[in-house]
Amino acid sequence: MRFGVVRFPGSCDEVDALLACRRFGDAELLWHKDRDLAGVDAVIVPGGFSYGDYLRAGAIARFSPLMESVIEFAREGGPVLGICNGFQVLCEAGLLPGALLTNRSLRFVCRQVDVVVENPDTPFTRACAQDELLSVPVKHTTGRYFAPGVPEEQVVLRYAPGDNPNGAQDDIAGVCNAAGNVLGLMPHPEHAVDPLTGSADGGRLFESVAMAPVA
Amino acid sequence: MSSSALAPHRELGLTDAEYDAICDRMGREPNPLELAVFSLMWSEHCAYKHSKKLLRGLPVEGPHLLMGPGENAGVVDVGDGLAVAFKVESHNHPSAVEPFQGAATGVGGILRDIFAVGARPIAVLDSLRFGELDSPRSRYLFDWAVKGIGHYGNSIGVPTVGGEVLFEASYEQNCLVNAMCVGLARHERLIRSAAAGIGNVVVLLGARTGRDGIGGASVLASAELSDQDASKRPTVQIGDPFEESKLIECCLELLERETLASLQDLGAAGLSSSSSEMASKGEVGLDLDVARVPLREADMEPFEIMISESQERMLCVVEPPLLGELHEVCERWDVRATEIGSVTDTRRLRVFDGDELVGDMPVEALVDDCPLYDLEPSPPSAPLYPSPPPRLAASADLDQSLLALLGTPSIASKRFVFEQYDPIVGSRTVRRPQAADAAVLSLANDGGNGAIAVSIDGNGRRVACDPYTGAVEAVLECARNLACVGAEPLGLTNCLNFGNPEKPHIAWQLTRAVEGLRDACLGLEVPVVGGNVSLYNEGGGGPIFPTPIVGMVGSLPDSAAVPRIGFAESGHAVALVGPFSPGLEGSELEKLRGSLASSLPAVDLAAQATALAELREAVRAGGLATVHDISEGGLAVALAECCIEGGLGAAIRLGGEASDGGITDAALFGEGPGGVVIAGPRDAVEAVPGARVIGEVGGDALEIDGALSVSVAELRGVYEGAIPAVFA
Repeated sequence: MRFGVVRFPGSCDEVDALLACRRFGDAELLWHKDRDLAGVDAVIVPGGFSYGDYLRAGAIARFSPLMESVIEFAREGGPVLGICNGFQVLCEAGLLPGALLTNRSLRFVCRQVDVVVENPDTPFTRACAQDELLSVPVKHTTGRYFAPGVPEEQVVLRYAPGDNPNGAQDDIAGVCNAAGNVLGLMPHPEHAVDPLTGSADGGRLFESVAMAPVA
Repeated sequence: MSSSALAPHRELGLTDAEYDAICDRMGREPNPLELAVFSLMWSEHCAYKHSKKLLRGLPVEGPHLLMGPGENAGVVDVGDGLAVAFKVESHNHPSAVEPFQGAATGVGGILRDIFAVGARPIAVLDSLRFGELDSPRSRYLFDWAVKGIGHYGNSIGVPTVGGEVLFEASYEQNCLVNAMCVGLARHERLIRSAAAGIGNVVVLLGARTGRDGIGGASVLASAELSDQDASKRPTVQIGDPFEESKLIECCLELLERETLASLQDLGAAGLSSSSSEMASKGEVGLDLDVARVPLREADMEPFEIMISESQERMLCVVEPPLLGELHEVCERWDVRATEIGSVTDTRRLRVFDGDELVGDMPVEALVDDCPLYDLEPSPPSAPLYPSPPPRLAASADLDQSLLALLGTPSIASKRFVFEQYDPIVGSRTVRRPQAADAAVLSLANDGGNGAIAVSIDGNGRRVACDPYTGAVEAVLECARNLACVGAEPLGLTNCLNFGNPEKPHIAWQLTRAVEGLRDACLGLEVPVVGGNVSLYNEGGGGPIFPTPIVGMVGSLPDSAAVPRIGFAESGHAVALVGPFSPGLEGSELEKLRGSLASSLPAVDLAAQATALAELREAVRAGGLATVHDISEGGLAVALAECCIEGGLGAAIRLGGEASDGGITDAALFGEGPGGVVIAGPRDAVEAVPGARVIGEVGGDALEIDGALSVSVAELRGVYEGAIPAVFA
């Protein structure tokens, strides 16, 4: 398994994502000005503040040359995981339904939360059990997911009761596209791959991607 | 020479004697541009003219030191070929005028100091002081300064791993925002700022230059704030963390490729100070052409370009054959790079506007010749600070006193603050805020075997009681926080926040505090690697509490077994260690009761140093689950925090020391250096030298000698609820 981790100017968590991927496979950074995905098997769009996010989170990044290739890769069924700012970028790119709004507190929030695996039948959660609890951190200002009418089967991760940090609709923490090959989530699984730094639960997502598809 | 009240040099903050000295060094009267540059270079902020002589007494040598004072940041060796750079700096006056941008650019500025020596910033800590939270102004400054720090730090991908916030009325007009940054580099990547190589090219990197921050160093940082603060808003800089994040990556790549001969950040006094300091250290001259500087506003005057404090800019020196490579890397990162001058052998800073020479100043005069002043210290004959209003009835019982302390904003949980920061980006953070007394960062992903611990501390209330002992205690507290996670201090940085040093009693506070700092550093054998001085912190209500802030970096061999603040397991033995003689002088309880002492008990530095070493070794031995130092609020607050963090109660038996056999306020709530609460399996606890077992973990309440009993849920409710309630 070769992961490609997108690096935009203003990305913050790309190296963290790279380190997380390397626990489960090979991984390299993909430069925003390139169009070549270098033959990777899965793409991670990491957290941060791409291009400064001064206009609207993810609004500029979605037009970068690399994202054109990522959109094409996703449309062909390639697994694409968007974390935090990456989730925002994938929504802006139209690869995922809905939008991320400013937290109800109007403040940045960083906290360890529990999320529930609602759908273990995706390339990103197949190592998880139904209803498995994962302890992962969130850190964002623009994480309140809003998508009226999003189909229930596309809800992959939900904040555990009482753990919704931003006022997201129906406690939704992570959502996939109809085909199931694109997942966006606000929590940061790349910051939960080592008990030393808090939790290893987030590793389940990278492990899932690295597992050979179920025949 | 001119002596009229409207003389330009006076308007720029220079005395008549200083102006005469400038004319003497120049051999003529300076033109307006030269005068503007001199006024900044000879300001308190750049020249340390009231503190430099005093600071010469601080110890600056140590076995781990790689770069000491004088460089952009101090650097220590942490083994495995890795070096850690760190520095603390103030952004007090800008934050008092415009807290969001003031605090944000405080973070931006200290980050640049760190990557200017070639280190990747890996952690930020902040030390903040505001007035009491029942004041609307203080709530506004606190709320927006925290947002500003989060805005910059979070956006740039550098974790904010720790810090402290205290609230005292003396900071009402003049809040303190001190930011510390820690960076990591391989030894061979470190770079100095001395300009080198006659004929080499001077390149300005980063943002365009605008009118923001013009004269900030002299206007804001070197004079007392007045009621006309709002009119100073244009002198506050505006931050752009996105530009800085590109600048960091670009500079680090240029250093990795060995493209640069030297690198310097543009901070206070902008191009003037960065260029003259590079030239001074390199013993060379520089020619700069301001017409080449990319501008945000087209009609800027040459003097404005020289003194603008626009953020996110760096100055570097490059050998001509490497210019192509420099531009290639900068283009890749979309960082503007403009060749604006060259290194000369003239030892002069010459400023051109195209072909026209518009300024010509001896570098030595700018950087080294500012007159240094002797302070005229004199202890105050009457108390300098009014007594605080009493907030706790004298009849309060022990339960009520403990809950009042836990709910006082200086002691209450700062979750409201640290949840607005990202403490984990970078994948090094082993202990997050409120988990341990110091932040712990693993170096495993960087080729290191161990970890570093960082802490920032200071307590102006205690320094106000006794400047010497208070400063000693600040150093001890910081070192104790490191010892609580098993770290050995490698170096110290400090920021001296004081009032107007031209007043004798402030001069006395400053002198005594620096003596305390010196003696504590000598006692602990920790060198001062750099720092910053912020004077003239006086608003309408008089001087701030004298506030030396101390930041330390330590190393520890193994981060996996670092204990936490919280109690871990029922049945663990709880013990008190360290030379601890708690007293109510300068304590939070004394404040709640409405008074402020005028002295503190003397500290036995040798005993403290020995105890710190013993504690460090005990922690490293690995058997302790819980270690938490006793600071504001005394032993009872420390125990309550262990209970709250661990979600477990404890039964404590201190034994009465009062004449009636009862327990004293001083024993429970008294403060002073040296005390630490530890817990763990009984044999591990008893193996710690000097450990006095005082009880065990268990139950769902904190009970002390049958005299105090509060449920953990109630403790937590008060502790966690106090600050959010202010903003509800």
